[in-house]
Amino acid sequence: MSLRKRFFSNPFVLTIIAIVLGFCVAGLILLAAGYPPVESIRTLVQSMIGRPKDISSVIIRSTPIIFTGLGVAFAIKTGLFNIGAEGQYVMGCVVATMVGSMLDFPKPVAILMVVISAMLISALYAGFVGLLKAQLGIHEVISGIMLNWISLYFSNWICGLDFFHKPGTIGMYPVNPCTYTMILPAWKRTEAGEAFMEQYPVLKETLGRTDVNAGFLVAVIAALIITHLLNRTRKGYELRAVGQNIHAARFAGINVNRSIVHAMMISGALCGLGAAFYVTGQSPHTVSTLSAFENVGFNGLSVAFIAFSSPIGCLFAGLLFGGLLYGGAGLQSKVGAPTEIINIVIGVIVFFCALSYLIPRFVDRRDAARLSKKRKKQMQKEMKKGGSNVN
Amino acid sequence: MAAEVSSKYAVQMHGITKRFGSFYALTDVNLDVERGTIHSILGENGAGKSTLMNVLYGLYQADEGDIYINGKKVNIKNPTAAIENGIGMVHQHFMLVENFTVTQNIVLGSEPTRGPIGLNMRKARQNVLDIVKKYGLDVEPDKLIRDISVGMQQRVEILKALYRGAEILILDEPTAVLTEQEIDELLGIMKNLVNDGKTIIIITHKLKEIQASSDTCTIIRRGKYIGTVPVKGVSEDDLATMMVGRAVQLVVDKPPASPGDVVLDIQNLYVKNEQGIDAVKDLNLQVRAGEIVGIAGIDGNGQQELMEAVNNLKKCKGRILLCGEEIQNKNPKYGIDHGMATIPADRHKDGLVLGFSVYENTIMEKYRTEEFSPGGRINRKKMRSFAEELIKAYDVRPEDCGPKLAGGLSGGNQQKIIIGREIAQEPKLLIAIQPTRGLDVGAIENVHKMLIRERDKGVAVLLISFELDEVMNVSDRIAVIYDGHIQQIFPHGTVDNRTLGRVMAGGSLEEAELEQIRKAGDANTAAGAEAEPETSAGPAAEEPAEAEAEEPVASAAEEPTEPEPETSTVPAADGGVELQNTEQMKETLAQMQKSLAELQKQIENMQKALAGMQ
Repeated sequence: MSLRKRFFSNPFVLTIIAIVLGFCVAGLILLAAGYPPVESIRTLVQSMIGRPKDISSVIIRSTPIIFTGLGVAFAIKTGLFNIGAEGQYVMGCVVATMVGSMLDFPKPVAILMVVISAMLISALYAGFVGLLKAQLGIHEVISGIMLNWISLYFSNWICGLDFFHKPGTIGMYPVNPCTYTMILPAWKRTEAGEAFMEQYPVLKETLGRTDVNAGFLVAVIAALIITHLLNRTRKGYELRAVGQNIHAARFAGINVNRSIVHAMMISGALCGLGAAFYVTGQSPHTVSTLSAFENVGFNGLSVAFIAFSSPIGCLFAGLLFGGLLYGGAGLQSKVGAPTEIINIVIGVIVFFCALSYLIPRFVDRRDAARLSKKRKKQMQKEMKKGGSNVN
Repeated sequence: MAAEVSSKYAVQMHGITKRFGSFYALTDVNLDVERGTIHSILGENGAGKSTLMNVLYGLYQADEGDIYINGKKVNIKNPTAAIENGIGMVHQHFMLVENFTVTQNIVLGSEPTRGPIGLNMRKARQNVLDIVKKYGLDVEPDKLIRDISVGMQQRVEILKALYRGAEILILDEPTAVLTEQEIDELLGIMKNLVNDGKTIIIITHKLKEIQASSDTCTIIRRGKYIGTVPVKGVSEDDLATMMVGRAVQLVVDKPPASPGDVVLDIQNLYVKNEQGIDAVKDLNLQVRAGEIVGIAGIDGNGQQELMEAVNNLKKCKGRILLCGEEIQNKNPKYGIDHGMATIPADRHKDGLVLGFSVYENTIMEKYRTEEFSPGGRINRKKMRSFAEELIKAYDVRPEDCGPKLAGGLSGGNQQKIIIGREIAQEPKLLIAIQPTRGLDVGAIENVHKMLIRERDKGVAVLLISFELDEVMNVSDRIAVIYDGHIQQIFPHGTVDNRTLGRVMAGGSLEEAELEQIRKAGDANTAAGAEAEPETSAGPAAEEPAEAEAEEPVASAAEEPTEPEPETSTVPAADGGVELQNTEQMKETLAQMQKSLAELQKQIENMQKALAGMQ
């Protein structure tokens, strides 16, 4: 393998290429629509990372997507396509809100209970998909999509129940403050807190004006844990073996069916974790009646793709994704370009990520072409030199 | 060798050569098929039969050679061109739309139309019925494909070809998926077609069917044309000789076996194949510690299903005992935990995870032991040192392949990893399925040595292979599998390729030959110092019925005899192996070494010449 090919086979390099190409295409479309492309993209980037508040908001916005991205990436590593992440996330949100709104315990206990219940329901919901695949051979994409819709209507049903429905709103009672996972939520509202933050403008911008929460830290830890789980443990070895070659795994005595169920459950649990931190970490701390999906799970699919299913990569891909979603609003207000352009950018990036496996081949072919050209020239030279020698 | 180009031949293929990369699938092959005859093409697996027919049908392009249809030179560049020339092909694996009706499948692609866009299915149905009537093909035109039997699906395929006006019909292994009764029906249909002036070419390696169906037979061996013979007046024996040939035998230097206790005991095993037909039928087999039992047979006679049942990949009926404990219908892990290790036939599918590093691939079974993953956490240091040892011991190349992906290694080196890994399991029973497939001569020898070394360590080895030479050379006992059961068992050295080939193709042995084999077996018994008492059961096998009656006495060493009259039992192998042959073998070995040295010299010379060219 040539050095060049190895460079272009690196997933990180490929992702960067895809992102650059994504912005290029977006620029062309902006140009075609009559907006200044360079100016627009600069505005987009600026509204993503221009001020500390923006950075903080981007992180908050990204956190749930990172979690679902991790879930999907984990499933891909184990040979499963968890398109049901959306449904698992919705289920997690509903149950987290249900549990959180009823609890009144000391903070750590309350948070733990919400987190565990959300993870559990999402894991079971995903595990059911795995069970259907393992036992009946039903493809996880089919059952996943079906269950997505079931989760949406389940969520709406719960929202409408008298016990959970908050009168005067379209949502449920929000979770109790004892489950909040923001950083110092109560203190920053006190006079002492405000006075303290007054001294540090950056703190005031971020902590004071946004729902800075522990979710992102947990996401980083989760990414590290599942990286470890996949690469360093017995379970991870099994799951990866099943994902890469189910026949060889079965032949080696790995319980393939159990692996599929477990992989789905872990993937679902990650989505549920994201849901728990969304509900407890960001206002409005509740779930509303939905007419359509919020796409947190589906965006997780894109994140996993852009990250080439690397858990650590999902952190960055999720931030990019969340940033684009957040920055898109700025693009509209400042340049007047429609936010749909953001969807195009994201789509193009995913598209080029999916195509990027062609890049090493392309490089390879160019290398080969160059080599054969060289060889031909050499041959011709030798032919000229000693014509009759060559036979 | 090739006949003159003439219009009395429906098909003539002259000097066909087909290369895949540097591999010659066909070298200068000739085929002359007279019109209105059934012509069979005979050859072992991978001999190039199907390749030749794919060239005729336009699926491959020949690198050299000409094709003549009815005496006219044609250029068949794709299947459409083949159909235009009146050639139809029925593939071994049917190409039918499962939830279309028979009629819809037959007319698919050349439907009778009504108006510019309308379909005239009534006419289509009538057309189909006409052909059905004409050739006595029994199909129901309105049934869905998924609801009809395999035999009927095949008839639909034949109808498809006839509907498109095929005059020349190629059938690729038509009987492989059929039951006995369906085979008879097929033979009848073929006769009808030929009487109507059609020409049929069948690809097969079953000698019996050639005798029953064909007029002429062309034999191909390892991509080379061997000859064309009229089937009448040629015995199964001669055909077998031509098919198997007297290829250079890689004689493995191995001391006589000293079998111990029974390790694997398969009793009355029945296993179904994908189609739900019993592929293994009432199979009985024993493998003892310290012996290699080779299963010889043509692909598709139940080897795959036997392996799957023993490895617990498939449910079965009957009993499989490993050291006296039933292991059937459990899970693969159960067998592995009880001392079984398997070298699978398909190393890419079943053997390796190609996307894993070589390190990770070496612990496919061991990863779950406390040694390799204490407390559930993989001990990477241990894994690496174990893998490095294995790489060194089995000479896996390149030496630094450990952290690289297993998919990047050559086939031979991949096989070494699997073999090393399975042997490292320290199994009681080692099953090797096609362990040398796709390997070069040197690697093959290595694999054989490893198997014999395991045997000498007291491991029971079950070898399943389609390579006759391999089974002949390595096995201490050769069990011939045919149609899902063990047709016959021969001790090492009591049978030649020809006889074996015939039994593999379902042929039976005559009494005189059996006598000879028994004698050879007895001689071995006499020569063997550590003859076992059970061998006295030898003479009892003279008449199957008697052998069955005496089974309790003869039990351990004897295979339970089949009730069919054509089957008979030959004494099981024991400690003795032909001492009188050892001298001879040494001589041959010396000769072979000489010729090998010569060959190497030649290669060196050629390499020099090549270097000069560059």
